[in-house]
Amino acid sequence: MEQEKDFVPKILVFSTDKISDPGIDLAGQQHIHYSPSVYFIIVPCSAGVKPRWILRAFNKGFDGVFVAADGTDCPFSADCSEKTGKLVAYSQELMKKEGVNPARLKMAAVCSVCALPFSNHMKNFSKALSGLGNIQSEKYIDPEEKEKQK
Amino acid sequence: MKEKIGVYICHCGGNISDYVDVEKVRDVVEKEEGVVLSKTTMFACADSAQKEIVNDIKENNLDAIVVASCSPKLHLSTFRNVAERAGLNPYNYVQANIREQCSWAHTDKPKEATEKAIRIVRACVGRVRYSEALEPFTIPAANIALIIGAGVAGMRSAISLADMGTHVYLIEKSHFIGGRVAQMGELFSTDEKGEEIISDLYDEIKKRDKIQLFTGAEVVSVSGSVGDYKAQINIRPRYIVPDCDMNKLKEAIAECKTEIPDEFNFGLTQKKVIYKAYENCRPEIPAIEKDRFNPDQKFLEKYKDCIDLEQKTETLNVNTGTVILSTGFDPYEPEDGEYGYKKAENVITLQQLKRLIELSNGKLEYNNREIKNIVYVYCVGSRQKEGENKYCSRYCCTAAIHAALLCRKKFDSVRGFHLYRDIRTYGKHELLFDEVSRQGDIFFRFNEDESPVVETANGKLQVKFRDILTNNEEVAIEPDLVVLVTGMIPRKDSSTVAGILKTPVGSDKFFNEVHPKLRPVETVIDGMYICGTCQGPKNITESITSSLSAAAKSNSLINKGEIELEPTIIRIDPEACEWCDKCAEICPFDSITKTEYSPDGQKGKTIALVNESTCKGCGMCAPVCPTDAIDIIGYTNNEIESMIDGLIKEV
Repeated sequence: MEQEKDFVPKILVFSTDKISDPGIDLAGQQHIHYSPSVYFIIVPCSAGVKPRWILRAFNKGFDGVFVAADGTDCPFSADCSEKTGKLVAYSQELMKKEGVNPARLKMAAVCSVCALPFSNHMKNFSKALSGLGNIQSEKYIDPEEKEKQK
Repeated sequence: MKEKIGVYICHCGGNISDYVDVEKVRDVVEKEEGVVLSKTTMFACADSAQKEIVNDIKENNLDAIVVASCSPKLHLSTFRNVAERAGLNPYNYVQANIREQCSWAHTDKPKEATEKAIRIVRACVGRVRYSEALEPFTIPAANIALIIGAGVAGMRSAISLADMGTHVYLIEKSHFIGGRVAQMGELFSTDEKGEEIISDLYDEIKKRDKIQLFTGAEVVSVSGSVGDYKAQINIRPRYIVPDCDMNKLKEAIAECKTEIPDEFNFGLTQKKVIYKAYENCRPEIPAIEKDRFNPDQKFLEKYKDCIDLEQKTETLNVNTGTVILSTGFDPYEPEDGEYGYKKAENVITLQQLKRLIELSNGKLEYNNREIKNIVYVYCVGSRQKEGENKYCSRYCCTAAIHAALLCRKKFDSVRGFHLYRDIRTYGKHELLFDEVSRQGDIFFRFNEDESPVVETANGKLQVKFRDILTNNEEVAIEPDLVVLVTGMIPRKDSSTVAGILKTPVGSDKFFNEVHPKLRPVETVIDGMYICGTCQGPKNITESITSSLSAAAKSNSLINKGEIELEPTIIRIDPEACEWCDKCAEICPFDSITKTEYSPDGQKGKTIALVNESTCKGCGMCAPVCPTDAIDIIGYTNNEIESMIDGLIKEV
């Protein structure tokens, strides 16, 4: 896909109240810079993010959604990563049906002191999304579907 | 929907306004639907500003407010209180984080930061429009605590709680109290003996009527919730007749010939099946390992006034307001062959060395050999690149060095050779490191990729390694004893306790706190606390500190007789719910059951029912609901989706 000039992807991050959001706060406290087109919505736990919220974000114009997961630090459940992984995978299925490239949704554990790792995630994800281009230009077709159509 | 919203945009003295044009933010936000008042302020958290907000709410009859300032971690409760003081429900307040997540993160791009701040505030206005007035649940609470584990942490916590007026059930799985500290002999840095500390704590416990101590006691089930937990405790018998003639019992012990390995001495010695953990143990009444005890009828008849093998396990049901876990640690036991353990002769662990020192008199002997030279291998089972224990147990460096000093002090010319990766005698313990170096012990440093090899060669114990400090010189030592400096792992049965109490454990298998810095003794389950080494490696000072903290948190929660719970839990939409049990299945707290729903007296349907006192509002159930019947209160679809819309809307 051709890259638009000066395209800065808009990213919505679902962060968690007790684990990843404090890590993201810490990035700010240390004045670590990341793209100003990164926005946050705090939830209690990453395994509680509803797929419909993720789809809403794409429908409204976000170019990428990043779930900053609790990982093994989750205070609620040792299986948090697995549960978050499942909802992310399910959301990606829904995205395919809507014609949204599943690579636009990413999940990674961000701990309460993961300031630098978080900013690196944003850097890498922004880069990947720049390659995919603006969500408005999305004409994603599931490769399996493509195969079937042949 | 809220229609009279007040918005305050904070300069934070320049922390925000140096990068974000707060006046521009105000100008844009002012035009948002529902906003009737918007102001900028130098410091929103200052007393004067708080008073101004209170007045504004009252004068303008505001029904919701947004303060755009720092992270909610800092001032969420400050501004909730402001709202409350003005007669507004605190949950009709939303904080917009435009400092940590905006001005500070984009100091290089003020134009973009201003645009981002506008979007953030707009999203929060959108969210607060859908905010609901919520009331905390108030539930009655019993001023009683159950403490699981009577080691130093559990005992100290019990004493502190009793002194604050809380009734305490202190239960210990073993027949003797004191946990690991009782086994440690002389302790760094005071040289007091572990068993002396245990006896002192026991005496203090006995002075307090508010503490009921049960030994041989295990929790088998816990139900209920904060303020009103119901615990079932099984108490195993000692098989000793209460108040029997102690002299006669001593005779019985002398006559009993059956011996088994003594766990208290880590298998270095044997013990009788009728035994005391150690001579001055508490309680002082012996116990019998019944499974290993096969006395003849004559013996039983002779000592029937002292020994009663017919005693049965008793069950005790207690009600308690809180639970404190202080189940302690197990020393890491090396694998067979790990640094020669159980393969080469004279390879023991640090914990065994400590017992050996206690059991020795004048001369340090092991396997009938006098010990003159000891090699200590550090970080055994700790800081593993591969394997389970990635963490540092932090007490072992100091404990090993202290043991080496003890050997030098107590026995003639015992020399130590210390093979370490890094020495972590933090804080004042560094003095011990200085001392042992001055006395002549030698330190070598090895690389974790090239661990020392311990083996028996030509009938002699040999340790070979490369020493980083002398340019990777290969060194071989033939010591009399190799001591593996092993760290801490969670107690073997702590996973059983975790299963019963549903307390979260971390990837290191120790119990997990809510927040390692800000809420270090609370678990995510209301009224359940952790302290001591069941939470992670600690020395005694640190264990006691956490145990006192757990006692204070526990008492302050239940001493008023009632508890307020956060209302931000989940809510089921009875119309949408079709009861498939997916939510109940995924809930980590068993907070969802089913109920019958029949709103109009007609034949109803089965729907999910939330237990309000155990639901934590994590929302794990929400994404799995096929009919989207679950809302997380405070994070409803309306609230989250209006935020998404607000964030994306062009400025």
